[in-house]
Amino acid sequence: MNLMHMVRAFNGIVWRELLRFLQQRERFFAALVRPLIWLIIFAAGFRAALGISIIPPYQTYITYDVYITPGLLAMIQLFNGMQSSLSMVYDREMGSMRVLLTTPLPRWFLLLSRLFAGVAVSLLQVYTFLLVAYFCGVELPPWGYVTALPALILAGMMFGALGMLLSSTIKQLENFAGVMNFVIFPMFFASSALYPLWKMREGSLWLYYICLFNPFTYAVELIRFAFYLEVNWEALAVVMGCLVGFLGLSVWAYDPARGIQQRKVAAAAA
Amino acid sequence: MQKETSRNGASPTPVLTVKDISYFYGSKQALDDVSFEVLPGRLTALLGPNGAGKTTLFSLITRLFDAPTGRIEIVGRSASEWGSRALEPLGVVFQQPTLDLDLTVKQNLRYFAALRGLKRKDADARMGRALDALNMRERIGESVRALNGGHRRRVEVARALLHSPKLMLLDEPTIGLDAPTRKAIVRHVHELARADNIGVLWATHLFDEVEPDDDLLVLSRGRIVARGKAKDVVAETGASDLGGAFTLLIGGDTEEDIAA
Repeated sequence: MNLMHMVRAFNGIVWRELLRFLQQRERFFAALVRPLIWLIIFAAGFRAALGISIIPPYQTYITYDVYITPGLLAMIQLFNGMQSSLSMVYDREMGSMRVLLTTPLPRWFLLLSRLFAGVAVSLLQVYTFLLVAYFCGVELPPWGYVTALPALILAGMMFGALGMLLSSTIKQLENFAGVMNFVIFPMFFASSALYPLWKMREGSLWLYYICLFNPFTYAVELIRFAFYLEVNWEALAVVMGCLVGFLGLSVWAYDPARGIQQRKVAAAAA
Repeated sequence: MQKETSRNGASPTPVLTVKDISYFYGSKQALDDVSFEVLPGRLTALLGPNGAGKTTLFSLITRLFDAPTGRIEIVGRSASEWGSRALEPLGVVFQQPTLDLDLTVKQNLRYFAALRGLKRKDADARMGRALDALNMRERIGESVRALNGGHRRRVEVARALLHSPKLMLLDEPTIGLDAPTRKAIVRHVHELARADNIGVLWATHLFDEVEPDDDLLVLSRGRIVARGKAKDVVAETGASDLGGAFTLLIGGDTEEDIAA
């Protein structure tokens, strides 16, 4: 395996994804508007109604908009992960996925590169959102903007891998929008993004358990703690575990010898 | 297929060897014990009706599907042993358009060059040459969306040549193109095979894309029913032209009976 070949291919895949994203300006603004509405309208309303007690990683009382910011960042990344998968379904239907899959490099590497390209796009969105949020009064620890980066990369990879896994099971482009909504909203609402888990437990025990089994919760907590220069080891383990699991399954699913793709072709031909 | 001998009398090494390949979609057989070779500097036309198994064969050669039986070698590299690296000497033009419509011609070619591990400087020089050969140099900065079907196909041919492949696969590359554009692309690929000693496997169901001296494989219902130089195949069937020979060979099998 030629290392320089891999580096060039990786750069090419990331560069293409960034180019495509920058050419789709409406996608960029849509990605920003959604969380900003939550931050400016939703959080402003709840700020007065909902008090957040001192819970790790916070050392003092915080405002509600500060609390939901990590959840909104994870939401941006989840949307982007799904969007990126949608783009993979599109590429598959339009044929350009074949160009990628007939590259003389291991398939796992190509899919991983494609996944990272999607994360690079989500990081652009996340830091733009953080800039806007800062001007809206959301102040996070200055070093947090740096220390959150690895957590954001990991969370983005996990969501991308989940999207990739979903995209490998989707037969047609038009089916994917429904799947996106089915995945995104339950994951976002049934998590610690909007309320701390202890508050959720007070309200509904079964919802609390759902939140505990939701990988999104752990992505949010990983990002939240990273902003305060701390590592939430439990969240890190769950995010890493889910990333490896989703990625492994999606590489398997894209393997034409055993994958879902081939079984679908067989079913269609039968 | 008749093997040509090189100047010293030895047979040239095939750039593609397909041996004993069968493939099933569920219980339906798409390919039945297919074997053939493609020699360097020669254009081998794979002629077959829709549904004969051409695209399945291409998917196996390009490793989009793994071949469960038989052996496929590209320039001596077995796909089962070399894995994805077996694809290094291969250039492909797929039946389905595969260019990114949102990017320019140059951006598409640079993306492909990166996937093939070419340095940016080398890639730029090669894309200039490849586009020159196809009279597309002046369109390099244009968005692919702005190009017509023929020009997009030319860009795909240029792209498949960027890394100097030894074997080119073209899966019905002229579908949907007007006659002059088809003719220009067919002529260019023939010249390319001769000038650069590239072996070409050209899948088609259009008789006028095959020259009398081309190697010919006729595929019907997943089986190769005739092989040899196109003019010899015509002579053996006693038909007056390739179209007549083809009809005699496939026995009216022109429907999509077999998934492909």
